Parts: sequence; structure tokens; C-alpha cells
Amino acid sequence: MPAFLLKRLIQSIVLLVIVSIIGFTVLNLIPGGPMAQYALDPGMTEADKARLAEQLGLNRPLLVQYFDWAWRLLQGDWGTSFRDGNPVLAVIGRHIFATFLLMGSSTVIAIAIGTWIGIRGATHRYSLFDYAATVGAMVALSIPTFWFGLIGIYVFSLKLGWLPAGNMYTIGDASVLDYLHHLIMPSVVLALVHIAIWSRYMRTATLDAISQEFVKTARAKGVSERRVLMKHVVGNALLPMITLAGVQLPSILTGALVTETVFTWPGMGRLFLDSLGYSDYPVVMGLLMFSAILTIAGNLIADIVVAVVDPRIRLA
Amino acid sequence: MTTLAATQSPSRWWQSRVMRRFLSHRLALLGLLMISLLTLACVVGPYLLPYDSLYIDLRARFSPPLSGDHYLGTDPLGRDIAARLLMAGRISLLVGFFAMVLSILVGTLVGVIAGYRGGWISAVLMRTVDGFLSYPTIFLLLALAAALKPSPVMITVIIAVTSWMEVARIVEAEVRSLKEREFVLAGRMLGLGRSHIMFREILPNAMGPIIVAATLTVARAILLEAYISFLGFGIQPPLPSWGNMLNGAQQYLATAPWLAIIPGAAITIAVSSFNFIGDGLRDALDVRNDNI
Repeated sequence: MPAFLLKRLIQSIVLLVIVSIIGFTVLNLIPGGPMAQYALDPGMTEADKARLAEQLGLNRPLLVQYFDWAWRLLQGDWGTSFRDGNPVLAVIGRHIFATFLLMGSSTVIAIAIGTWIGIRGATHRYSLFDYAATVGAMVALSIPTFWFGLIGIYVFSLKLGWLPAGNMYTIGDASVLDYLHHLIMPSVVLALVHIAIWSRYMRTATLDAISQEFVKTARAKGVSERRVLMKHVVGNALLPMITLAGVQLPSILTGALVTETVFTWPGMGRLFLDSLGYSDYPVVMGLLMFSAILTIAGNLIADIVVAVVDPRIRLA
Repeated sequence: MTTLAATQSPSRWWQSRVMRRFLSHRLALLGLLMISLLTLACVVGPYLLPYDSLYIDLRARFSPPLSGDHYLGTDPLGRDIAARLLMAGRISLLVGFFAMVLSILVGTLVGVIAGYRGGWISAVLMRTVDGFLSYPTIFLLLALAAALKPSPVMITVIIAVTSWMEVARIVEAEVRSLKEREFVLAGRMLGLGRSHIMFREILPNAMGPIIVAATLTVARAILLEAYISFLGFGIQPPLPSWGNMLNGAQQYLATAPWLAIIPGAAITIAVSSFNFIGDGLRDALDVRNDNI
């Protein structure tokens, strides 16, 4: 297992380097590049800009600039926000909780419902339920998340008045119950697409597991059908799902950005959009790099978990 | 692949096994029907409607659907939503289609080269694919859209920039398995050039998965355009797109819900049509069910 881990770790580091090159390219595509904040400043003459570019080292070769930028990134110096002058990492840190809360609760919902639909679809293959789940998943994948959110707000906030239309808590209340009340709709909206994805993968994984020899053996030994399903089939089908959870991270973050916008949820997605609106590029770049690093770390962790849980990999 | 041999054996192409299997896929037919009608409506519809998509009528602001000649109502400026919806459909479908063409071109090129050449070329290309996939699509898309001037052509290009990777992965895997087959060996022994083998011998045999990926990529591209236009960084008004028609609809949700409901329904119908067709093609062309 250490050899496997070492290999995955090296792969992740290589990936980080590639991701940073893509990020640096995007940074330099921005008009004015790192100087963007001074582009519209009437108090800056051309001579001032040239002097500042010299001081910031922007007249050096791009390759040197890249290594300088990457080195500062590694040291945790991610620059300061144009908007409020705070360090980028601190600004991101203030918004992590809200996003993780939303992502966490929606992932729990998606896994619980998606797994159930997937298993039932596989055990009742070609039934009406299976067919409806297949079509339903394809439609769910086609619905724009923000539109689903708007419909949800229209029905449950404006017409029925059951759920709040936005924000994470009521000012002056902010109890756990109040948080939960605000959390329901955004996390269900964000979960919809992932319920579809989880149920499709879980159906395939369950069908794969059912056809394995050890399931036949267990049945032949007289193990009850329920026990075969819960212990032998689902146990094995869930393993590839851990990897899937890691792979799904960028798509959950994408969904979170859109959901946060619709529900004025104070997370990283909302911060990203606000920063874009203010041309606050250090924060935009910071969030871009942060989300990519999060994805790489998530995939690495998922692989480690699989290696720890699955005895077949431990032997290899 | 066997599928292509099968398409050539019957006397008429519409009698082939692939065609028969596609036509027996009811959902795919429904998708084909829906998208044909929608495309037709977007092409000829604007000429038949009594209002121009840019005609502002401040006396008729916020007319609900089915009021007078405004079949789908009007927006906050009194513009006819039916006319705007169909003009927007032209933009959204065109952006989706050309973003797909670009993604397929780039993805196929990268996939074929990486799959056939292997070694360090493959390593560099496929790790680049992994790198792009590490970013949440919308984050990358929005950063690029905000940095570059968002004309429809530029939006198409940046959607392609964030959508070619899946195609590259699919093609790479397909080419990697195809290059071990006898016909490739035969080609090499005949002394055919490397690019001839890659693009004339192997590529035609990998068309099945590429066609399926293309259909699903259109669906994805339409969705992505809707996302960034909804957020205000995509297609810019006065040019309508299904996404930017929804931008601003949220503030009128209580008084004019049709502003939000109608364009979103159009997006859902278009995207699910392409997803249904893709599913049918996957069954008909015998493509492995790796993704959903």
C-alpha cells in the first residue's frame, strides 16, 4: 500500500503543477493582468504604471513570473483583495463554512436518495420504477439548477410560505433550527443533479455486484436474500461510489456557485461572483486555485479511503 | 468496430441495424421530435409572430401569457416573450452546436494523438485533461468570460475550452484499444504514414463513441451557456439568449413568474431532448455505458 500511496501522491503533485500553469494562463488573459486594479485609476500616469510594473516584477520573463507566483502560492501568500485589502486566504476562509455546510448536507441527501433509487432499480430491473428512475435521472440532469431553485422559491416561499427564499439565517435568530430551515431548499436544489448521477452509478455498480460469483456462493450457502443484498451486494457496490464522491467535487462546487447565487447564500460561489463583479481578480484567482486544489485533495483522499476499506487493494 | 460493418452491409442505410435500434428507442425519438420542432419554431417562428423581439411597448409591460396577441406574455419592457424566446433559441442552439463542434474537434485531436502515440506525449496531454477537469467548470468559465469580451463567438469558444476534456478521454481510451487490432498492424506493414493510420484507419472506427459524446456535449453546452448568461457574464443584451432572459427574472418572481418559468422550460426541453437522443444513440451504436 505505501507504494500505491506514493504513486498517487506524486500524481497529485504533478496535477497541482499543471493546474497552476492553467491558472497562471487565465491570470494573464485578464486585461491588464495583475495590474487590472490600476487600469481605470485616473491618478495613475503611464509612467506610474510602468514604475509599478517594474516594482511588481511584471517586466520579467513570464517563466520567472510564473515561478515567483507559484512560490508565493505555496507559502500561503495569495495576494490581497482589491476590495477590502484583506489577505485572499482570509477572505476565502470566511466563506468556507457556508459552502461546506451546503455541500455537505446536499451530498448526504444525494447519497441517501440516490443510493436507494439505484439499488431498487437494480433489484427491480426493467420495472416501472426502474424505467421512471432512468427517465427521471435524464430529465433531472437537463434542468438548469438555478431554474429549479427559482421554481422552488416560487412554490415553497412565495405561494406556500413554508420555506425562506434566501440567506443562511434570520438576523436576530440564528439558532440551529433556523439554519436548518434555511438549509432545506438550497441543499435539495443542489442535490437534484447528484441524486440523478448517484442513482445511475449505483444501479450499474449493484448490477455488477449481483452477477459476481461470491453472491452466488452466499445464496448457495442459504444466506437470506435480504442479507445477501445488504451485506454482499451493497457493500461491494458502495466501494466505487467513494471514488465517485471525489470525482464529483468540481461539479458540486459548480452547483454550489449557482445555488448560492439564487438563494443569496453567503458562500464561496457567491464570493466568486461578487468578486468578478468588482473585478477583484486576486480573490477570483484565489478561489479558482483553491477549488482546483480542493478537487485534487478530494480525489486523493477518496483513493486513500478506498485503499483502506478495500482489502483487495491493500494486498496489491 | 462491428457497428460500422453492420451499417454498411444492408442495402439502404435506414434499414441498418443501428437505424432500427435507434428507431425502436421511444425516448430518443421523442427527443428527436422535440428538438426538430423547437429548431423549426426558432427558425421560422419569428417571421410568423405579430411582434418583433426588440419591439418595446411600455403600455403592455408584464402582460401575463395568453393576453391578447402576446401568447407567452411580455417582459418588464413590454417586449413579446414568444418572439424573444424564439430569437433566444437561435442564439442558444447555435452557441450549443458550435461549442460542440469545437470541443469535438479539439477533444478528438487530443484523444487520437494521446491514444495512438502513448509515452510522454500521452502523459502530457492526458494530465492536461486531468488539470482542466480539476476546476469546477463554472468557475473557469466565468473567470474566462469576465476576462475576455463576451461576444457570442467568444462565449462559444470558452464553452468549448471547458468541454473538450470528456471527449478527449473517451477517444483516447477507444484509440488505445483499437491500435492493437490487426487492421492497424496491417496498415503499418503496408507502410502507411502515422497520420494516415491515426485519422484514416483508426478514427473512422471510433466514430460511435464520438457521435454519442457529440450529442451529450450539445446538451451540456446549452446548459453552460444558460448558466453564465443567467449570471450576467454570457450573451449580453439586447441579444436574447435563454440564459439571459432568466437574468433578472428572480426579482419579478412574485408578480410575473412566467418570466422565469418559460425560458427555463425551453432550456430543459432542449437539453433533455439531446440527452434522450444521446441515450438512444448509445444503445444503437453499442457504446459502453461509462458515463450516465
